[in-house]
Amino acid sequence: MPDVTDPQTLSWYEASARQRVANLLDAGTFEEFVGPAERAMSPHLPLFDLPRAFDDGIVVGRGTLGGKSVLAAAQEGRFMGGAFGEIHGAKLVGLLRAALDVKPAAVLILFDTGGVRLQEANAGETAIAETMRAITDARAAGISVIGLIGGRAGCFGGGGLIAGTCSRLAVSESGRISVSGPEVIETNKGAEEFDSRDRALVWRTMGGKHRRLTGSADAYCEDTVAAFRQAAIDLIETAPRFDLAMLEAEQGRLEARLHRFGACRDATEIWAQLGINDPDAVPAMTDAAFQEIAAGVTEASHDAR
Amino acid sequence: MESLTFRHTTKTPLAGAKPLAITGVVASGNLEVLLERVLPPNACEVAVETPIGGYGDVWEAVVADFVARAQPGGLRISINDGGARPDTVSLRLLQGARLMEG
Amino acid sequence: MANWRSERTARDARIEAGRAHAEGKVVPAASVVDLLEAVLKPGDRVCLEGDNQKQADCLARGLAACDPAKVLDLHMVQSGIVLPEHLDVFETGIAKRLDYSYSGPQGGRIAKMLYGGQIELGAVHTYLELFARYFVDLTPHVALIAGVSADRDGNLYTGPNTEDTPTVVEATAFKNGVVIAQVNELVERVPRVDIPGDRVDFVVEADKPFYVEPLFTRDPAAMTETQILMAMMAIKGIYAEYAIRRLNHGIGFGTAAIELLLPTYGERLGLKGQIATHWALNPHPTLIPAIESGWVKQVHCFGSEVGMDRYIRERPDIFFTGADGSLRSNRAFCQTAGLYACDLFIGSTLQIDLMGNSSTVTTNRVAGFGGAPNMGSDPHGRRHPSDTWMKAGREAGGTGDPALRRGRKLVVQLVETFGDKLVPTFVEKLDALELARKTGLELAPVMVYADDVTHVVTEEGIANLLLCRDADDREQAIRGVAGYTEVGRGRDRAKVDELRGRGIIRRPEDLGIEPLDADRSLLAAKSIKDLVHWSGGLYEPPARFRNW
Repeated sequence: MPDVTDPQTLSWYEASARQRVANLLDAGTFEEFVGPAERAMSPHLPLFDLPRAFDDGIVVGRGTLGGKSVLAAAQEGRFMGGAFGEIHGAKLVGLLRAALDVKPAAVLILFDTGGVRLQEANAGETAIAETMRAITDARAAGISVIGLIGGRAGCFGGGGLIAGTCSRLAVSESGRISVSGPEVIETNKGAEEFDSRDRALVWRTMGGKHRRLTGSADAYCEDTVAAFRQAAIDLIETAPRFDLAMLEAEQGRLEARLHRFGACRDATEIWAQLGINDPDAVPAMTDAAFQEIAAGVTEASHDAR
Repeated sequence: MESLTFRHTTKTPLAGAKPLAITGVVASGNLEVLLERVLPPNACEVAVETPIGGYGDVWEAVVADFVARAQPGGLRISINDGGARPDTVSLRLLQGARLMEG
Repeated sequence: MANWRSERTARDARIEAGRAHAEGKVVPAASVVDLLEAVLKPGDRVCLEGDNQKQADCLARGLAACDPAKVLDLHMVQSGIVLPEHLDVFETGIAKRLDYSYSGPQGGRIAKMLYGGQIELGAVHTYLELFARYFVDLTPHVALIAGVSADRDGNLYTGPNTEDTPTVVEATAFKNGVVIAQVNELVERVPRVDIPGDRVDFVVEADKPFYVEPLFTRDPAAMTETQILMAMMAIKGIYAEYAIRRLNHGIGFGTAAIELLLPTYGERLGLKGQIATHWALNPHPTLIPAIESGWVKQVHCFGSEVGMDRYIRERPDIFFTGADGSLRSNRAFCQTAGLYACDLFIGSTLQIDLMGNSSTVTTNRVAGFGGAPNMGSDPHGRRHPSDTWMKAGREAGGTGDPALRRGRKLVVQLVETFGDKLVPTFVEKLDALELARKTGLELAPVMVYADDVTHVVTEEGIANLLLCRDADDREQAIRGVAGYTEVGRGRDRAKVDELRGRGIIRRPEDLGIEPLDADRSLLAAKSIKDLVHWSGGLYEPPARFRNW
């Protein structure tokens, strides 16, 4: 499949990491660092008799977006669930650190990850911590870090933590953001607490619509590369500054959210409290109808984070 | 993991001048194919890393049919296999050759 | 003097015994075990309604909970072995002998119990065959059936999943048997009468709604390029060539891909209205785009499908619906329709041998047959011509006056050369033969016999077996599309080239199909959500198929 197709119709969910990044940026501008020909592959997977990928499941590089210079990293959710390993993490950390020298308009992270790769967990966990540190350093230097989430692996585990440190997030309906995944919650707390096979429950708890309504994500896109491109362009413009006042505002926002919704048993109860007339209709709503509703929810838009 | 390498001589070089292409992804039942135009124009080498051992003769047949059909002279082709079926391997090889011609 | 009413007297006695646990015909769920122990006699033939989809699960739990000292040695005659309880009764001695059709989810356990001798097996049937025997030599003494609602007189509404119920009731109620129905609710008046009350002796208010398996939902998100390529070949190389209008599809991903390519690839080939207009088919969600695009004229259904009820209700021009608006399905009639009134059956299988015999049995799984062998067979009782049927008949050759030569039903096997875990589909010898030997079956469980198969479609091409003139043609035609399996690699290359020259084997390029064009962008829907959009929000997929 060619990397560049029509971004207007190309599904973000269906596209590979390479297709996403090539079609997200201005046509033909993406230049990859540590590409597949360099064969920077996992040193750990062969010990487990597992196949490796030439790019260790992440594509990093630079290009322009709407004419502005950006750095971008795209995880491949189909290779080991997009999970962080040593090389994978090092490529992302390296990219974020390079931002301090290159000073791009933004760094874009195209998340598609289940978290840390079990086979190289220590390296992966370290990479998560280093990534969060590198993001805060970049943001402190005035560089926005924008997360884009709409792949099949969602954004889980350490990926969910990293997403929390980004300046802005865009999400589509299929995108899920959380730390513990549905199966992990069910294993630890029982199916009565969270039935991971009830996919409607999973999506209304972790999916894009819920994350947008509560303000965890700052933009909601239809599932096309073009929509994510426009969201990224807009979010770079509106990214908040990174200082003590903003962090205190974010802390206040999260405390208020806990206070207000802490007793809710289901996302639909939160939506009702947010003033949505027919919360049960939200999951089936078209993207356009949902955008309209989300625009009327004040909690969804804020200057914190 | 099993490593297999197949070397072929082709009648012609593969059309086009693209130096590099990659297609597919390492996932269950899938594979990634990296194609590099680094060999003499009548040579083709295919190197496979696969987690499923014992299918060397099937790989040999799939690669031979691909070489006969696409005449991929000049290419070094490297495969990371995720347990793909032979028809998927053929498809990815042909997709890769088409990318290199483009 | 001969007693011509002994069965009737026995029936009256059973009902009398059951009445002790009922108020009129109505029995509370808590009294199911008492009712069954009162009505059943040792050695009875019992049909515990286990259909392809709908399950009389409350009654199944009740039967399994009966005292094996009171209820024993039953002979179960039911089409589906689906629930664990269906086999539990054989472990406790409640049941001894079994005649059935389909055992999908219990296929592994039933194989173990057959090997272990816990089940005395009569035969594995096709649906029509088992239904036929209900009226000849396997007539149930007691039928335990399932419906959506009933009134106090026993009038029964089966809902969209009518399935086997009318057939089972017909055989039981009119031959001195007792019919016990479980329903989700008792109502004053049922929405429509699917089974008249005088055929139902007891009505049990179930503790929870009966279980229905979403068997026919295929998520387009899981469709592969290979399946799309095969679907393209089937449409262009078979549907278009034979102008197939009347057909039945199996439940695999390959046939679902065909359904999703009709409004895209089929449209591009200008085939709308020429093919795939009249169907004997469950309401496959993947057929929604073709229906919405005006391809489909009508569909008769064996059963319903979870989540499709509202959609069907709003499309009465397409589906068979009752005065109440909901689907009326009927497995016996639809199987008959598939057998006699369809020109094509296309489906998948697990193993095909060198002659074209196929089976879904492996040495550790006995999945049964269901309906495929009826659809996938050439009905010798057919007498009406159609262009498709006649063309296939001509291809099969023959001598003598053309007016004395019958046509042929097209029976197509659509298979990938390798299955899961690189297990080859093409084999020298079917596992079914080994199973038959080990369990002492007289007949190996063959899904579709070689002499019924007309085409084999794989990712490598189409083999037209109608055009084969001898056993060597046939074997090499099959080897010639068997890809890189051992069977495929064992082909005689010169012979395969010759067969290609004769049009017996056709490669994608012979059909003007470029394999690299087989792309997911061709699918009219790429996800379950897309199907919901196509349906205008009327399709309500089960939770496990959602990602929103």
